[in-house]
Amino acid sequence: MWRKKKTLVEKGEEIYLASEWKLVWWRFKKNKLAVIGLVILSVLYVLGIFCEFFSPYDPNKINSRYVYAPPQRIRFFHEGKFIGPFVYGYKVERDPVTLRRIYVEDKTKVHRIKFFVRGDKYKFWGIWDADIHFFGVEDGTVFLFGTDRMGRDVFSRILYGARISTTIGLVGVFLSLLLGIVIGGISGYYGGRVDNFIQRAIEFIRSIPTIPLWMALAAALPRYWSQVKVYFAITVILSLVGWTGLARVVRSKFLALKEEDFVVAARLAGASEWRIIFKHMLPSMTSHLIATVTLAVPGMILGETGLSFLGLGLRSPAISWGVLLQEAQNIRTVALFPWLLLPGLFVIVTVLCFNFVGDGLRDAADPYKV
Amino acid sequence: MLNYILKRILFSIPLLFMIAVVSFIIIELPPGDYLTTYIISLKQSGEAIDQAALEVLRQRYGLDKPVIVRFFYWFGRVLQGDFGYSFMWEKPVKDLIGARLFWTIVVSILATVFAWVFGFLIGVYSGTHQYSIGDYTFTVLGYIGLATPNFLLALILLWLVFATFGISLGGLFSPEYANAPWSWAKFVDLLKHIWIPVIVIGTGNMAGLIRILRANLLDELNKPYVMAARAKGVPERELVWKYPLRVAVIPFAATAGWALPEIVSGAVVTGIVLNLPTVGTLLLDALMSQDMYLAGSLVMFLSVFTIIGTLISDILLAWLDPRIRFE
Repeated sequence: MWRKKKTLVEKGEEIYLASEWKLVWWRFKKNKLAVIGLVILSVLYVLGIFCEFFSPYDPNKINSRYVYAPPQRIRFFHEGKFIGPFVYGYKVERDPVTLRRIYVEDKTKVHRIKFFVRGDKYKFWGIWDADIHFFGVEDGTVFLFGTDRMGRDVFSRILYGARISTTIGLVGVFLSLLLGIVIGGISGYYGGRVDNFIQRAIEFIRSIPTIPLWMALAAALPRYWSQVKVYFAITVILSLVGWTGLARVVRSKFLALKEEDFVVAARLAGASEWRIIFKHMLPSMTSHLIATVTLAVPGMILGETGLSFLGLGLRSPAISWGVLLQEAQNIRTVALFPWLLLPGLFVIVTVLCFNFVGDGLRDAADPYKV
Repeated sequence: MLNYILKRILFSIPLLFMIAVVSFIIIELPPGDYLTTYIISLKQSGEAIDQAALEVLRQRYGLDKPVIVRFFYWFGRVLQGDFGYSFMWEKPVKDLIGARLFWTIVVSILATVFAWVFGFLIGVYSGTHQYSIGDYTFTVLGYIGLATPNFLLALILLWLVFATFGISLGGLFSPEYANAPWSWAKFVDLLKHIWIPVIVIGTGNMAGLIRILRANLLDELNKPYVMAARAKGVPERELVWKYPLRVAVIPFAATAGWALPEIVSGAVVTGIVLNLPTVGTLLLDALMSQDMYLAGSLVMFLSVFTIIGTLISDILLAWLDPRIRFE
């Protein structure tokens, strides 16, 4: 495709000299959706990694004065004059009939949003003490996504949830990949009876409905386990099923590569099997593996979200998007306070982006194919 | 063909046995055995503990024997239709799961039919109208459908219905019909409720099916024989339906059969969110209170159902595509 556009000799030379990864990147860049997905994912991961800094509040700080406060809109114009980003404060009134709190914007209270402000103290990555937040207000409140039933800031909680929900997918996929490469590799490289047996085992695992199985395994985790232990146990449970898809890809690639000239040449030259597998075969399927892995992450994220939502995965006080969605289980609560569904939006966007990036990578994985 | 069917059925017997093994592992997973949980629940309710009764139970379930022996004890009883006892409900497991399983299967089958029919129609449309507005719309909706977990879609639909009409559409029946005998009105009431779970469960799978059918149909439509037929003046409709579609539908059918485990998974989660009388809530409660004979049996029945479902779809596939049965 790109060959037609670049007619200059230098450009042509550049293409012929480009490494495989450069070619993959060029082809990947052509897919706009994939690039957008990659950008959004990068932002999400940065927000998740530095969530203590980017969130304006401590996610567990309880504000009894602001229970179920709706999101505050960021404004720029106060009485027709531009004064930079700010939010209006809330006046709390009571509905005379239902006695429910009603939050009304108080146009006299202007809370300017400042950057790099001092706020709630936190321990960055559990190591350094700090109190600088990316943005915040000095007096009043800024609840961009509203608050929950204990007056906790939903925006801060979503950022903290991003850390756990997005990494659980990566860790889980990494475990699946290890299992997938080893088992799929054995299956594809040796073939014959071993292959047959492993294929049947994979078919068996795939024919069990995953969610009931995950539920049963997750329910067996002891309640007294620490959050970290549960986190890793959940990733192990998710990858117990997840490796089958990766193993299939690895196997089919091994089967195809086994007949390639360079593998035969290596074997005739007396290379050991270990060397053939790790030095010759695995590197030539890396791009395909990355694409498959990217497409496998969403399943993990959705699995964790589902389990935590049902109360079988991570539990409060751990914060993940699934744990946050537990707050939205009651439909009447959701009808009154729809911003409690916002963590779900983040799940959908993350999964969508992984799908876009994965599709883009899959199309770009073999840059020599015309 | 008969040969293939027989082979395929024989092949599922070890699968069924493996499912029994997995279910037994699930039953054995929580720390402590069935009796310790039972004793705790008795203590909590303040009932007296009858040592003789405990001894009978211990003998019956072989709890003093090693794991392997216990497995065959349990397996033998399962073959006779005894799935153990639920201490939470104080009833034998087999009395609890019948109706629940029935509704789960009904919802799953309807969701499968929904996903297949609409997946097929939309896939054909998208394949024959590539890059049209309709194609783009379905592609976008399909992506979102793939990315939205079932329980979230269920929540959102419930919320939308509740916010616009002010009614809560959980469950399969309105309260006044829940225990009423079957009548035309009850059936209509069922139809009013069942569409939400069917759409919720079916959508995610439909999205995948559309993509597969669209891609295969596009591949096929670009082949020279189609061009030749078109040049000879074969009408467009006949051209698509007679040859390319018949080739393109085979990968579609192969995937459709393997979608069943996912659909059953979806039925479990959606059942919990929508509070349906399916196995979802029963399984969740059983797991929460570690009522393991009930939980293990439910997982076993769901897996057996998917194995039988995939068996049927494989046989249908072999009937559709002769190459498979001669392999």
